[in-house]
Amino acid sequence: MTGHDLAFLVVALVTGGGALLTVTSKNLVHAALFLAVTLSGIAGVFLVLAADFVALVQLVVYVGAVAVLFLFGLMLTRAPIGREALDNQNRGLGIAVSGGLFVVLSVLVIGAFGGTTAAEVGGPRVGDIGMVIFNTWVLPFEVLSMLLLAALIGAILLARRETGDSGEEQAPTRIDMGTAPSMEAERMARLEGGDDQAELTAGGDPGPAAGRGEGRA
Amino acid sequence: MSIAEMANAAAGLAQFSPAPSLLEIGDSFWLSAVLKIAVVLAVFFVVPLVVGYMEHKVMGHQQARLGPMEAGPHGSLQLVADGIKFIQKEDLIPSAADKWVFAIAPGVAMVPAILIFLVLPLGPGIWGVDFELGLFYALAVGSVTTLGILMGGWASANKFSLIGGLRAAAQLIAYELPLILAGIAVALQAGTLSLVGIVEAQSTFFIPGTEINLWYLFPQILGFGIFFIAAMAELARPPFDMPIADSELVFGYMTEYTGIKYAMYMLTEYAGMVSMSALMVVLYLGGWQLLPGVPMPGCGGSGNIFDCNALGVGLGVAVTLGKIMLLTFLMVWARTTYPRLREDQLQRFSWLVLVPLSLLNLAIIAVAKGVF
Repeated sequence: MTGHDLAFLVVALVTGGGALLTVTSKNLVHAALFLAVTLSGIAGVFLVLAADFVALVQLVVYVGAVAVLFLFGLMLTRAPIGREALDNQNRGLGIAVSGGLFVVLSVLVIGAFGGTTAAEVGGPRVGDIGMVIFNTWVLPFEVLSMLLLAALIGAILLARRETGDSGEEQAPTRIDMGTAPSMEAERMARLEGGDDQAELTAGGDPGPAAGRGEGRA
Repeated sequence: MSIAEMANAAAGLAQFSPAPSLLEIGDSFWLSAVLKIAVVLAVFFVVPLVVGYMEHKVMGHQQARLGPMEAGPHGSLQLVADGIKFIQKEDLIPSAADKWVFAIAPGVAMVPAILIFLVLPLGPGIWGVDFELGLFYALAVGSVTTLGILMGGWASANKFSLIGGLRAAAQLIAYELPLILAGIAVALQAGTLSLVGIVEAQSTFFIPGTEINLWYLFPQILGFGIFFIAAMAELARPPFDMPIADSELVFGYMTEYTGIKYAMYMLTEYAGMVSMSALMVVLYLGGWQLLPGVPMPGCGGSGNIFDCNALGVGLGVAVTLGKIMLLTFLMVWARTTYPRLREDQLQRFSWLVLVPLSLLNLAIIAVAKGVF
């Protein structure tokens, strides 16, 4: 067993263990953090395979951005991030899907790279990667970026949609600030309308809703 | 011949060969590794302390007071005393906190801050490794710090901490983009991602048609401004300290932290100031070069700033550290001068001002590179 094998074993154990804990942990935030461990582990696998550029991309995109956005989304929305013990009942389906994927990927990868020995593994230089992407593969590359753009526009559309799935008009969620204007534009509009109270921004005079403080959790 | 090799040959790209580090001891891998780790850790623990003391004194004098005066001559040992105090303090963990995540979070924030120092060239030959992807490595590893801050904010089980952690995550993601885009423009002009290579490219960059040597600060003054502002925001330094915002959030994600864990977060911030300044020195201020076009005493090689003797090495390190102190001084000056931005102003400033400007900067550099 060479040092290379040993490094791969450590990285693989971290990645696999992180993946198992991601699906078995009962806390949503813990699951997201274990996902970050798994993704860093995959960066480590790339590093062991001498693909340092891909490893760094994995780190900056998946750990630095995707995992952080996962956590950010969980904490910003009404996702259960407290001490609830969550359990998904779809174990059978989950095992079937992941098992099927495992078999398909194993067959494909072993079929494609089965004969390659570790000594032949050497990562390409970053200059080569750039040259190949922008010469040979420039069309798929641009199509992929269009796909990302479509996803971006779709996300904005979903976030800004004010009509629910039922087709009924729904008021956008507002934070209750009493009668005080919650936005600068609103305050200016009220000031021009001759409302002296508008001089106070949110947090000033609670207005008729005074006393709601007792109800606060 | 593979496609990659053909493309390579067509573009006439030279194979990257890392510049040797002076910290290599003969052929011994382990001794060299130990020496490099020692140097990186020494820089990581000592230079931020000096910057912290400078901040205390500069802020004091700019606000018409003296700053620390008691510990050591002119209070110069104040931060050492603070460090000893942090170590003695009881390690408090709130009973509602998620103990493991709470304990690991400062480490997740601090380790990437240490790892960046591995590739930063501090002088001729004084670097851990001359990594082909040095610039990308520094920016990629730094992005992991966000995770540590978010973990700390959530695990504290405190609403101020959670809001602070959320603000930090939103801010770090927003300002990472202009930071990386400004860095790309430098890599484009230099034609390499290696930090040592970028220093070398600056020492051999002349105004087209003349023999006047320039640092990238001059053609990329816009990029430097963007990088400087985005770096301050990445470090959550005032006026971009919304995640901490002591008048609204107590102390943001650090509210529940005490003792050595709190010190780790603070060290992350100050080490971040040093590493971001060092990156700016490398990218825009010519690294350890004294002045543009001036050869370093005792040095030869490319641009007369490599293959130095002891005098040249010492002078190079001093010049780099001096430039770092100058940039951190500017950061402190900004802190005492500008009031804190509001959260919506902060986000708007990044997405509507800095990102378009950094794209413009990239376009200008790309066109200029193509023309000349």
